[in-house]
Amino acid sequence: MLRTLVRPALSTVSKSASTISGFKSGTKYGGKTTVTLIPGDGVGPEIAESVTTLFKEMSVPVEFETIDLTKYTLNDEGAFNNAITSLKRNGVGLKGVLNRSGDFRTHNVEFRGDLDTYANVVRCMSFEGVKTHHSGIDLIAIRENTEGEYSCLEHESVSGVVECLKVITREKSMRIAKFAFDYALEHNRKKVTCIHKANIMKLSDGLFKSCCAETAKLYPSIDYDEQIVDNTCQQLVINPQQFDVMVMPNLVRNRCIQPWSWLVGGAGLVPSKSFGDDIAVFEPGARHTWMEMKGMYVANPVAMVLSSAFMLKHLMLNEAGDNLITAVKQVLNKRTCQTRDLGGNATTREMTRAIISELHELHARERTEQANLSNY
Amino acid sequence: MLSGRVCKLLGPALARHNHTVTLFPGDGIGPQISSSVKEIFSAADAPIEWEEHEVYPILEKDGKTRIPQPAIDSIFKNKIGLKGPMRTAIGKGHVSLNLTIRRTFGLYANVRPAKSVPGVTTPYSENGVDCVIVRENTEGEYSGIEHTVVPGVVQSVKLITRDASRNVAEYAFKYARDNNRANVVALHKANIMKMSDGMFLEQCRLVSEKYPDIKFRDMYLDSACMKIVKDPGQFDVMVMPNLYGDIFSDLTAGLIGGLGLAPSGNMGRDGLALYEAVHGTADELGRKKQG
Repeated sequence: MLRTLVRPALSTVSKSASTISGFKSGTKYGGKTTVTLIPGDGVGPEIAESVTTLFKEMSVPVEFETIDLTKYTLNDEGAFNNAITSLKRNGVGLKGVLNRSGDFRTHNVEFRGDLDTYANVVRCMSFEGVKTHHSGIDLIAIRENTEGEYSCLEHESVSGVVECLKVITREKSMRIAKFAFDYALEHNRKKVTCIHKANIMKLSDGLFKSCCAETAKLYPSIDYDEQIVDNTCQQLVINPQQFDVMVMPNLVRNRCIQPWSWLVGGAGLVPSKSFGDDIAVFEPGARHTWMEMKGMYVANPVAMVLSSAFMLKHLMLNEAGDNLITAVKQVLNKRTCQTRDLGGNATTREMTRAIISELHELHARERTEQANLSNY
Repeated sequence: MLSGRVCKLLGPALARHNHTVTLFPGDGIGPQISSSVKEIFSAADAPIEWEEHEVYPILEKDGKTRIPQPAIDSIFKNKIGLKGPMRTAIGKGHVSLNLTIRRTFGLYANVRPAKSVPGVTTPYSENGVDCVIVRENTEGEYSGIEHTVVPGVVQSVKLITRDASRNVAEYAFKYARDNNRANVVALHKANIMKMSDGMFLEQCRLVSEKYPDIKFRDMYLDSACMKIVKDPGQFDVMVMPNLYGDIFSDLTAGLIGGLGLAPSGNMGRDGLALYEAVHGTADELGRKKQG
């Protein structure tokens, strides 16, 4: 077996600071930061190619260390360990989605456990040019990424009766609560909502909820409220604009996030990032490998591109990150280049070229403005 | 509408050919909406006689929670009931009243239809929502088994049994057949919870073999959440474990206009049925005076 069945319930991490604001360590050679790139399975390599093309075009000082895990099996411990080591060394990673394997823990879950990327942040924002049932959405979902239902502790106590353990600890709940409020402060957000099911899971989600409430007292400038998860699902389809930052335990978030992606236009438009104390991993928010479309270049690269833009900002390359985000928004707003999920038939590469074209226009406008300023 | 073929009324009919139905008004807005129902039935001259009972939790010495005996006897006599929403106090030491009722009467399948209502416009009205969720009602994450391992570490047990999974799957397929529904989808997270949700899924598959006329497929819960928001019309009957059913049915209620429009039925052994609205007690609304 690659990993032992039982993991310790208590985390041994003593640091409390998270890497929200800024990249403090990593690998840098010749002025270029090395970032681990794991394209993943399915359409992963195609959308990763979009990112590498864009970065090259923008001359971003980032070097990719590409790790191929597409053929990962139980026996290939070397490849998996190689990826983990690379991520730990570089401190920053850009990742596609890994296909679910037959092992008792999926690869994605193992990554989170080994790297202790305890906070997963998904950004769901509406785009003007993408018509959906709702508009004006800009919410952030923060999920505790390492415990809860995904602790993977199951056993068959007697034949025909299976128990699955959900573990919630005060330490990890306080950690994610603090992360959520720090994140809200850093990004000028006004409200944090704790999503839970404490009316039924009184002890476990009750503990999570009380940790959030306790942490809220330390941040008087941020509004705090609580909502039961089934009501949240209902509210998301009736009035999603009411949400700002949401913090929740593991499975709760996963249950809710997929409808969120369609609220703004689909899995192809939602970026996410996962933070540990010394590591940040950027990846599309919705876990879709879309295996059947592999090699056809029909996937929407926007989620991966936006994730990479957030990665640039994390690396303090704010101008490059902001320009990339602006270019993506312009392409979506113009609606002249749309991939299949948006109702068009553009390919992944055509979408990439459209973004490049917008970047050139942006750059030209900036040069004109600068020239005007210097003439003045 | 739930067909009588799935849940045939087995209770006694009175001399005037009225049926006696047990009524639990409930908490919060419960009494108000229950009295609305009585008024409407009376205006429609429906052949129903109501037998009202109060329900509140009684904490026994052995730590178990039960409801008053007259309420229990009434349901077992009439075999059919209508229940208002009941409050679940957080942190009071006793188990949820709704859970207690489900266990007392062996209500193993919770059926929640979600159908677009003419005159209620939502962003999804055009798609036309018409799906039914069949939720396992007795176990799963709602087993109520939790404990503190050491201070600061809590475990909650999700229990899945072969029997309960098979029972709810049987109900879902029988419902589909009796109500001319073409397909049944099982929602699960067996990629993560391989043993527990895996067992649930296995039982659904085994039952589906007895119903070759009904198309069966399974779907990850997160995929289903995404697809139903994109195109709710593709869903027909869905069967799933307890917690997913609770949350997913609130999502579908949102698609048709909110919890205030969503009905449900709880099915027990030997034709016993207890119907209720999906929504909760809405205590703030309950305190306001109604005109």
